[in-house]
Amino acid sequence: MSLAHLLRRLVALAVILLCVSALVFAITQILPGNAAVMILVQNATADELRALEVQLGLDRPAWVQYGRWIGGVLAGDAGISMTSSRPVLDVVLPALGRSLILAGITLAVMATGAVLLGVAAAVRRGRLADFVISALVYPGVCVPEFVVGTLLVVLLARPELGWFPAGGYAPLSQGLLGFARSIALPALTLTIILTSRISRQVRSEMIDVLKSDYVRTATLKGLPRRAVLFRHALPNAMLPTLTILALDIGYLIGGTVVVEEVFAYPGLGRLLIFSMQSRDLPVIQAGVLAMAVVYVTANLVADLLHSAVDPRVRADG
Amino acid sequence: MAEGWSRLARNPAGLTGAVILSFLLLVIVAGPALAPYDPTTFHLTRRLEGPSLDFLLGTDQFGRDLLSRILTGARPAVLFGVGATALAVLGGGVAGMASGYVGGLIDEVAMRALDVVLAVPGLLFALLIVTVLGSGSANAMLAVAVSFLPGFARLARAGTLSIRERDFVAAAIARGEAHGYILRREILPNLMPPIVVEASVRVAHALMIGATLSYLGLGAQAPDSDWGLLVAEARDYLFRNGWLLACPALAIGISALGFNLLGDGLRDLLNPELDA
Repeated sequence: MSLAHLLRRLVALAVILLCVSALVFAITQILPGNAAVMILVQNATADELRALEVQLGLDRPAWVQYGRWIGGVLAGDAGISMTSSRPVLDVVLPALGRSLILAGITLAVMATGAVLLGVAAAVRRGRLADFVISALVYPGVCVPEFVVGTLLVVLLARPELGWFPAGGYAPLSQGLLGFARSIALPALTLTIILTSRISRQVRSEMIDVLKSDYVRTATLKGLPRRAVLFRHALPNAMLPTLTILALDIGYLIGGTVVVEEVFAYPGLGRLLIFSMQSRDLPVIQAGVLAMAVVYVTANLVADLLHSAVDPRVRADG
Repeated sequence: MAEGWSRLARNPAGLTGAVILSFLLLVIVAGPALAPYDPTTFHLTRRLEGPSLDFLLGTDQFGRDLLSRILTGARPAVLFGVGATALAVLGGGVAGMASGYVGGLIDEVAMRALDVVLAVPGLLFALLIVTVLGSGSANAMLAVAVSFLPGFARLARAGTLSIRERDFVAAAIARGEAHGYILRREILPNLMPPIVVEASVRVAHALMIGATLSYLGLGAQAPDSDWGLLVAEARDYLFRNGWLLACPALAIGISALGFNLLGDGLRDLLNPELDA
C-alpha cells in the first residue's frame, strides 16, 4: 500500500463526506424552518420571530446558511440543540461514544460467530449440520430488530427473573457487572440479526472457495483436510467476508438506531429519533453526519485491510 | 414455463416461499372478510385475554380481537413492501439503465452522486426523509423507496454495462435499431433476472422496515391494524399477555420469510449454473 494511494483515498473520503453534509443540510432545510423556530418560542409575535430568524441566520440564502454551518462543524461548533439548549456536539459526541461501544461489542462477537457458523455450514454442505445451521440462522433474516429485542425482553428481562434490566445504560465507570447487564440484551439483539445475515454470506463465499482449483489441487496432492481448510480455503474466504462485513456496517448502524430505541439505550440512534420527533434540526444534522462519518470510515478501513491482505488489490491501487 | 414449474418443484426454498406467499395472498384478498370481528371494536369486558373459542388469538388492552387485527394488517403490510420496492425498481432501474447505456461524463457524475447517497446508511436515510415528509404510511413507503433506489440503480447500471458489450446488442446497433428499441427489447429482458431476485428479497426487507417505522411512531398511526404498531402497543402488556407480541411478530416473520425464500428460489431458478 503506497502512501499516495492512502492519501488519494482520504481525499475522496473527505469529498464524499462534504457532499453528504450538503445533502443532509439540503434535506433538513426542506423542513418548514419556521416550524423549528415556533418550537423555540411558541407565543412569539411576528416581529420577535423575524428578529430570531435574523439572529439564527434563517433569512440568508441557503448556501450561506450551509457555509456557516459546515464551517462551524469543522471548527468544532455545530450550533445549539433546540430542545436541550446545550451545544450540539456536547449532546451528540457522548451519545456517539455509547453507540460505538454497543456497535463495537456487537461487531466483535458477531464477526467471530458468523465466520465460525458460515465455515461450519459450508464444510458440511448439504448435510445435517448445514441444514440445522441454516434453519437456526434463517429466522434472523426475516425478523426485524425491534421484534427480536422485544422478544428478548419478554424471555430474559422478566421482572421476576432479575437477570437483565429491560432498558437503560450503566456506564463502565460504575462497575463492570452493571455495564455488562445493561448492554447484554441490546448487543445480543444486534448480534442475532447480523450473524444471520453474515453467516449465510460467509457460507456461500466459502462454498465457492471450496470448489476452486487451488483447493482441489491442495486436496489432490494429499494435504490433510484440516490444512486444506484452514491454510488454503479459509484465508481466501476471509477477503470477501471482510467486504461483506464492511457493507453490513450500514445495517449495524441502522439496527443500532432501532435497538437503542427498544432498550432506551442513550446512544446516538435514540438521540436522533428523539430529535426527529421534536424537529431539533441542529442535532439531526450533526447526528446523521456523524453516522455517515462512521460508516464511510469503516468502509475505508475495511478496504485498506482488504488491500493489505490481498496483493491483487494492491497492484492496481 | 412447464419446465420452470418442475424446476421450482425441485427447489425446496422457492417452493416453500411460493406456498407461504400463496397463503399470504389469500389473507390479503380475503383477510378483512375472514376476520371474525371488526378490528377496531372494543370488547371492554374481555380485555387482555389469552386465546379462547370466542377470540382465537385473544384480545388486546381494549378488548379488540387480535386475530382480526392481524388479518386486517396483512394487506397494508404487504402493499407497503411491494409498493416501496416497485417504486425503487422503477426509479432506480430506469436511472441505472439510462446512466449505464449513455455512459461517459453523465454516467460518471450519476455514480458519484450515488456514492454520496450510499454513504448514509439506508434506514437512517429513510428516517430522515420521513422526518421531512411527516409521519404516515404513504410517506414512510416513499422514504423506503428512495432509500432503496440507489441500490437498484447500481444493479441496473452494472447489468446494462455488461449487456451492452454483448454481440446481440452490437448486432442490433448494426441493424440500425433505435436506442429505445435496444434498451427495451435487447437489454431489459437480460437485465430482469438479477433485478427480480433482488426485488423479491427487498420486498421482505421493505416490509420489515415498514413495521419498524410504524413501531418508531413514524409510519402507520393508531388505530390502524399495522403489525409494527401492534408490537409497539404490546410493549406495555408484555408480561400480562405475551400473545400480543408473539402473533404480530410471527406475522411479520412469516411474510418476510416467504419473500426471502422466493428470492432464494428465484436465484437458483434464474441462474442455475451458479449453484448447481
